[in-house]
Amino acid sequence: MSTTALDRRVPPLGGLSPTFLRLELRRMLRNRRTVVFTLVMPAAFFLLFGTSSSYRDQSAGAGNVTAYVMVSMALYGAMVATTSGGAMVATERALGWSRQLRLTPLNPLAYVDVKVCVAMVLGGASVVVVTVVGRLSGASLPWDRALACALLAWVCSLVFAAFGLFMGYLLPSENVMQVLGPVLAVLAFAGGLFVPVDQLGDVFGTVAQLTPVYGAAEIVRAPLGADANLWVAALNVLVWLGVFVGGAVWRFRRDTARV
Amino acid sequence: MTKHTDPHGTPAVLLDDVVKTFPSAGGRVTAVDHLSLVVQPGEVVAFLGPNGAGKTTTIDLVLGLSEPDAGALSVYGMAPRAAIARGAVSAVMQTGGLLKDYTVAETVALVASLHPSARPVDEVLERAGIADVRGRLVGKCSGGQQQRLRFAMALLSDPDLLILDEPTTGMDVEGRRDFWAAIRADAVRGRTTLFATHYLEEADAYADRIVLVRHGRIVADGTPAEIKALASGRLVRATLPAADGTALARIPGVESVEIRGDVVAVRADDSDAVARYLLTSTAARDVEITSRNLEDAFVALTSDTEHARPGRTPEGVLA
Repeated sequence: MSTTALDRRVPPLGGLSPTFLRLELRRMLRNRRTVVFTLVMPAAFFLLFGTSSSYRDQSAGAGNVTAYVMVSMALYGAMVATTSGGAMVATERALGWSRQLRLTPLNPLAYVDVKVCVAMVLGGASVVVVTVVGRLSGASLPWDRALACALLAWVCSLVFAAFGLFMGYLLPSENVMQVLGPVLAVLAFAGGLFVPVDQLGDVFGTVAQLTPVYGAAEIVRAPLGADANLWVAALNVLVWLGVFVGGAVWRFRRDTARV
Repeated sequence: MTKHTDPHGTPAVLLDDVVKTFPSAGGRVTAVDHLSLVVQPGEVVAFLGPNGAGKTTTIDLVLGLSEPDAGALSVYGMAPRAAIARGAVSAVMQTGGLLKDYTVAETVALVASLHPSARPVDEVLERAGIADVRGRLVGKCSGGQQQRLRFAMALLSDPDLLILDEPTTGMDVEGRRDFWAAIRADAVRGRTTLFATHYLEEADAYADRIVLVRHGRIVADGTPAEIKALASGRLVRATLPAADGTALARIPGVESVEIRGDVVAVRADDSDAVARYLLTSTAARDVEITSRNLEDAFVALTSDTEHARPGRTPEGVLA
């Protein structure tokens, strides 16, 4: 009231700020389930499935099979983390928090930006954890290639941040990750993160190439030196990114119109 | 609204012939029905009405949470969303949810980060009376504490207009008193406050002006005293075929006479005189005298049955 109503300013960047990001990250890390599924489980899967002595001795492109599994699990961790980050909107909608935020100057687009940023930070953390555990547990791969794999896994996980957002706006449920967790596991399987796609058989192997994880997996493993059709992989990633972003925008528009 | 040309400058809230309908099983339900209202800066206005009167729908419109089907509205001359984006308006809503895994202080700090010039978090926590639980997770707070937290969030921008929807729900008596003390203190400093309530005492005790709504329309608008005056006096009813309305109106203290068929209803300060006349000079039977309080005025003005409305319409009070 010290100022008049018309002198007031809108927040810069629609309300996106380091404080907001910091608080949101702290809250996500406070959630034990999120920490287990995004930071602990992918590394544990790697240790379980990728560190047998035969895998360490067997080569796969520029590294050993352990490195191959490490890269796959890094992507798996990143996609679970970014999906969780994006899907936070479901919980917040279910609890009425998004409605509460509509009473503040926060721009709805800035809200989505925050969710994507938090998802990507969490995805990055997951990639770092798997990569570090991998280096310490016998994954042999030149540094520059390992770094390239990690970076690609992180960038490709953006597709799943969009997927999480889409699902978050589509399913107004407090426990949306209980549905999405198994879905992600199936997608990861189909995309060749748990078993190489060429071992899935002809029909399933062909269908698998159309699923959203396949393209990302091929790209992420490219620095290993595996022969892959990167154009098909890139097309897969871009199409699915388009589908998920489009879906998220569609649901987001409906949501902000109705609230 | 042109007849209410504003002498004070930009009104805090302006609703001009606003209509809002919702789809329902049998067509559309009208929640806000050609409602016009002007609230001047600094007023403390109670929006009083029974559940389903359209209070919350109207507030949603003022906050830009939904769009009207027809009519115009502005907040300090701005579109509602623009006023929200500038922090000129804030609100405590029943429906606003909180995140259980934030602490009280974090929740306030988050909303503070959204305002370019927010009040300090500690000051706001202090004023809302939750400084002692600042480190507590929201999920572990009582309903009253959560409501105070919503209040704290609403204070951050030092808003020009504060909108409260059933603000003291879940608060104990002491909490309620503290809450209203804080609201009044800010009103003195010039903050406009619009609150919806179905507690008559709250409207009476804390508002400068009461707007009574029913079926999405304003049925009365005035000071608490004026609204209470609608309920003053007593009502004398009797069965009297072919009653002489003129003779009844001539009795001293009679305010209004209503004749419907064989039933006559007389509102008067001196109900004894009316009863005496009816019983001694006419063939009236079933004479019944009832007194009216604010509760009755509320019920009468907001109930569905037309005949229950008071007969008197003081200038500018009954809309």
